[in-house]
Amino acid sequence: MKILICIKQVPDMESRFKLNDAGTWYSDQDLAGRMNEYDEFAVEQAIQLREQLGEAEVVVLSVGSDRVKETMKKALAMGADRGVHIQDDASYEKDPFQIASVIAAYAGDQNFDVVFTGMQSQDRGSAQVGVLLAGLLGMPAVTTIVGFDCDGDQITVKRELEGGLKLVAKLPFPALFTCQLGLNTPRYPTLPNIMKAKRKELVSLPVTDLLKAEALTTTAETRFPEKKGGGLILEGDVDELTGQLIAILKDKTAVIK
Amino acid sequence: MKALLIAESRQGKLLPGSYETLAFAEKIGAEAAMFLVGSESDMPHFDGRLYLAESADVGEYNPEETLRLLLEVIDKESPQLIVLSHSSYGWDLAPRIALALQVGQISEVVDYQGDAMVVPACNSKLRRVVQAQSEVTVVTLQAGAFSLVDEPTGVPTVEKLSAQAETKVEFIGYEEAEEGGVDLSKAEVIVSAGRGIGKPENLAIVEALAKVLGGEYGASRPVVDSDWAEHSRQVGTTGQTVAPKLYIACGISGAIQHLAGMKKSEFIVAINTDRDAPIGEVADVLVVADLKQFLPALTARLEE
Ligand SMILES: Cc1cc2nc3c(=O)[nH]c(=O)nc-3n(C[C@H](O)[C@H](O)[C@H](O)COP(=O)(O)OP(=O)(O)OC[C@H]3O[C@@H](n4cnc5c(N)ncnc54)[C@H](O)[C@@H]3O)c2cc1C
Ligand SMILES: Nc1ncnc2c1ncn2[C@@H]1O[C@H](COP(=O)(O)O)[C@@H](O)[C@H]1O
Repeated sequence: MKILICIKQVPDMESRFKLNDAGTWYSDQDLAGRMNEYDEFAVEQAIQLREQLGEAEVVVLSVGSDRVKETMKKALAMGADRGVHIQDDASYEKDPFQIASVIAAYAGDQNFDVVFTGMQSQDRGSAQVGVLLAGLLGMPAVTTIVGFDCDGDQITVKRELEGGLKLVAKLPFPALFTCQLGLNTPRYPTLPNIMKAKRKELVSLPVTDLLKAEALTTTAETRFPEKKGGGLILEGDVDELTGQLIAILKDKTAVIK
Repeated sequence: MKALLIAESRQGKLLPGSYETLAFAEKIGAEAAMFLVGSESDMPHFDGRLYLAESADVGEYNPEETLRLLLEVIDKESPQLIVLSHSSYGWDLAPRIALALQVGQISEVVDYQGDAMVVPACNSKLRRVVQAQSEVTVVTLQAGAFSLVDEPTGVPTVEKLSAQAETKVEFIGYEEAEEGGVDLSKAEVIVSAGRGIGKPENLAIVEALAKVLGGEYGASRPVVDSDWAEHSRQVGTTGQTVAPKLYIACGISGAIQHLAGMKKSEFIVAINTDRDAPIGEVADVLVVADLKQFLPALTARLEE
């Protein structure tokens, strides 16, 4: 059994963002990278599946600059067996179709039985790469899973719909799943496993060998949203702030007298 | 400009997001036809062509067959735009259409600019203007970004599609949200805890503030996913929708799925260390402070 996980490195969303010189995306120069939150659930599910099956290989893949190898090491420390880094300093300029095509060009002849991706990336948020990849690999895809159970060659998954409703579906391998928050509890890498991960294979392949697709969408501009709201911002000493807030609540709401 | 709007139905009921695709088409001035896998007993109100396949024939979850039917309709209609909701239905189906047609998809559209689309990025801290490079574009719309001004009226001209149920993915059933727990919709004050509380022990300071204000405490999704609070306390698209007199969001960034569940509250206060947190877009007051210091201080003062 061969399992593929696709992960993306993203900045912390609490960061103060600055735009790049071209004004097409944020500048990641001063931003620390971390694993896309949704992808942590993908990694965990792959490892749990391997633990259940006993014999299986888990390959973690990421497209991006050399920096993304740091995030890949976390996946290796969580338990992935080896890493495939597709080196691309301009991955942020690629559209979802190109990213999916690059991954498919690598994975196409490797006969993966299961692929896990996140349902969306936190920065781009297109929610496309997983489904496109499944299509390119000729696999069925089930999106937004919050439950995964493997029994023999059948997989039962729960898809999350709106308002707390879930849909249960069953399908055989091979298949691709896009993982939603809460699917499982991603493990923290332990120190011995972090050490062990350093010796695991992590190869880098140049994106130029794999990229054949043209972009179907391009970014014309990235900007900050116009401030709507017009709400009040209170800053300063905590004691003063509590007083200010209580005065406002007394004035504007009926909940405190 | 011609648009094909993809309406949604679940368990025999038309979903309201369907009308948001119609609102979008009206706004950009596109001529619209609709596609629905649903039921004749609950059709969208609009004057135009509706391609209808019965969900009894297609199945409750059958993206492959839905795609096959859609491609038939697209062939007939030749739309330049194919419009879906950015919902569990839309984000599952849209990339399949885009791939089959080899055209671009633009996800979670909130606005448009010429023929380019505006979408959020980085938890709504940025906006990206995206241009399709293909003749046809598939778009998904952020929930709530477009809505009809008037109640929808009209009767569609129906063209029936005949479907086959065959699929690799077998539909087993639905699982409803657990009943019981707390009914947040009755609370006049809700103080909600987000991931910013850092650890489960800090839920106590959120709860204490809720208590002194005579309200209930709520939570964002990560707090519930981590089992720090029960699911009935979750506010948002996959939790409860609330509109109390006062909503205090503590350590909550303000992701769209959370905002959808609380932005109709009468008065909104946010406590956040990040001055730029997107919760600021809906908050009447944003207090830039560490909740670990601010909340106990506020509670103590209110107790006096
Ligand atoms: C399909 C779908 C459905 C979803 N449904 C829901 C839903 O129903 N409800 C929901 O809530 N989410 C939902 N989500 C998740 C949503 O996208 C966000 O991931 C989630 O709301 C983030 O929760 P948060 O704001 O608590 O955490 P974060 O986004 O991590 O924000 C934490 C905030 O705390 C602040 N902070 C940190 N430390 C402190 C401190 N000491 N004092 C004060 N502030 C601090 C930070 O600045 C930050 O703004 C859904 C997502 C998807 C894709
Ligand atoms: N550069 C990338 N490298 C590897 N996987 C990616 C990359 N970009 C996106 N993905 C995967 O595709 C999912 C959806 O991303 P997106 O379509 O950008 O929202 C992510 O959760 C990842 O699993």
